Amino acid sequence: MRIVIIDDSGLRASVLEEGLHEAGYDDIHIVPPRGGFVARLERMAPDVVLMDLGSPSRDTLEEMLTVSRALARPIAMFVDQSDEAMIGAAIDAGVSAYVVDGLRKERVKPVLELAVRRFNAFAKIQSELNEARSALSDRKIIDRAKSILMNQRSLSEQDAYALLRTAAMNQGKKIVEVAQALITASDLLGGGI
Amino acid sequence: MTIGLRIAFLPLTDAAVLVAARERGFAEEEGIALDLVRTTSWATLRDRLVYGQVQGAHMLAPLAVAVTLGLSQQPAPLAAPYKLNVNGNMLVMACDFAKALEPVIASRLADPLGTAHDFAAAIGLWRRKPVIGVVHRFSSHAIMLRYWLASAGVDPDRDVVLRVLPPSLTVEAMHAGEIDGFIAGEPWGSAAVEAGLAETVAIGERIWRRGVEKVLAFRESWLEENPEPVDRLLRALVRAAAWCDDPAHRDDLANLLARPDYVDQPAYLIDRALSGAIVARAGEPPIVSPDFMLFGREATPFPWRSQALWIYSQLVRWGMVDHDPATATRAGAVFRPDIFRRALADSNVPMPGASMKLEGAVASPLAVGSRRGELTLGPDSFFDKRVFDPERIDDFLSGFAPPR
Repeated sequence: MRIVIIDDSGLRASVLEEGLHEAGYDDIHIVPPRGGFVARLERMAPDVVLMDLGSPSRDTLEEMLTVSRALARPIAMFVDQSDEAMIGAAIDAGVSAYVVDGLRKERVKPVLELAVRRFNAFAKIQSELNEARSALSDRKIIDRAKSILMNQRSLSEQDAYALLRTAAMNQGKKIVEVAQALITASDLLGGGI
Repeated sequence: MTIGLRIAFLPLTDAAVLVAARERGFAEEEGIALDLVRTTSWATLRDRLVYGQVQGAHMLAPLAVAVTLGLSQQPAPLAAPYKLNVNGNMLVMACDFAKALEPVIASRLADPLGTAHDFAAAIGLWRRKPVIGVVHRFSSHAIMLRYWLASAGVDPDRDVVLRVLPPSLTVEAMHAGEIDGFIAGEPWGSAAVEAGLAETVAIGERIWRRGVEKVLAFRESWLEENPEPVDRLLRALVRAAAWCDDPAHRDDLANLLARPDYVDQPAYLIDRALSGAIVARAGEPPIVSPDFMLFGREATPFPWRSQALWIYSQLVRWGMVDHDPATATRAGAVFRPDIFRRALADSNVPMPGASMKLEGAVASPLAVGSRRGELTLGPDSFFDKRVFDPERIDDFLSGFAPPR
């Protein structure tokens, strides 16, 4: 069974590819949805096409599936109407699957389930990564605000932080918001650090 | 009790009425908590609607007909009780291509038939078969482009390449030279003009002066089972549409739509379609086109069954569906004037007395029979002066040259 993954995010596609390999599928190709991807896909004659539901290129893909004369068998969106939970899970995870005519649904279902699991895992990793990134940039902002206070008001690092925290508590804001406001004000006043 | 409704939309200027209903309190006043779900492809918008992830969708009118007839993946009966707008499309082509057309753009746009013939001649001069982007096979844009090209003897399936791509990727594709032009909803045509990549070749409003565009589509079963939410939403939308039409709110509306969670394009580009001041070539003064996009006036939201049948006639014409009376009936039934009437029975919205009309027969503003108030229909003629009689689809179809 030849599986093609169309995905903008190289990392997510790799995560999915790895999972499919582990499950014993070995004819897997990744195609980014750019330029002439549709012609490439047509030449590959896939049995299953997995695509990110959020990709703007889905309309382009579906048009190819509708008009292609090169594909030996028609390909349609895979939907097992009897399995509403699966449909919901696939849409929630952002997976769409197109399958060649005649492929039995028992053969497709494990692939789809695996894609849903891997997409979800990827989304989790990504949100953790984003959180970590924003925590890092928060710390940078707070550090900068601290050094402004230390310079301008001759405070120790500890006192500068305490001052930021008190201001945040009094205003019902996050420390990083107060720190950002302080940096902006300092920049406007030409204070710098 | 507040009712929560999720509606999917694509980042386009003609999502305006939904955005205004949510952001300017019209939905809230009707007890609706409106959740707008941004989507980047028509396929995903369709799937979210068909599989019940959203209750309604800002949908291409022909796509609603196509899904109902089983022409676009999973078949599902859809129902459209409300039109979100008429008009608003623009065909733009690469500046080099447009050199073969009438250079004075105001004259070019005023004469779609002449421009179609110039376009036919320009095809042979171009370095390849022109590749024209359309947003979907079942889009008003594609249907309008086919209609216009065919008027000059151009076979849209043979003489040009129609390439499907979503509106948000059109400008990028122009830039990469993957397409030579495109027809899409605003602000994407204006964005390409502004970038100096293209100029306007035709505007939808001059091809069909009141061209059906987006509808609010529901699953038919959901619509039947939920009269109260549907009626409340329609009442909210009618008031939001009147607000959108009012020139006093244009700046506010353009700024709203410009937000990253809606269209995510500059407000001054979005404003061009709203105010009907279209810059057709970068740096030139705008061309005034007051009917460029309509939301509320002239009973725009009223879903005339004859308009669904016109769409059907075009699907038949291009071989996308086989013509038979039962299919025609199903197509026509996608538009639901009965629901519109029910929802607005106690309002002061002028209500057409009929559910079908001749399409293309109104040449100048016409006062028509209305259950209450004054209702004036704007001119709705096609540029080729054809008139569509929904009772005589066969005659209408036989008036077109058969595909070669």
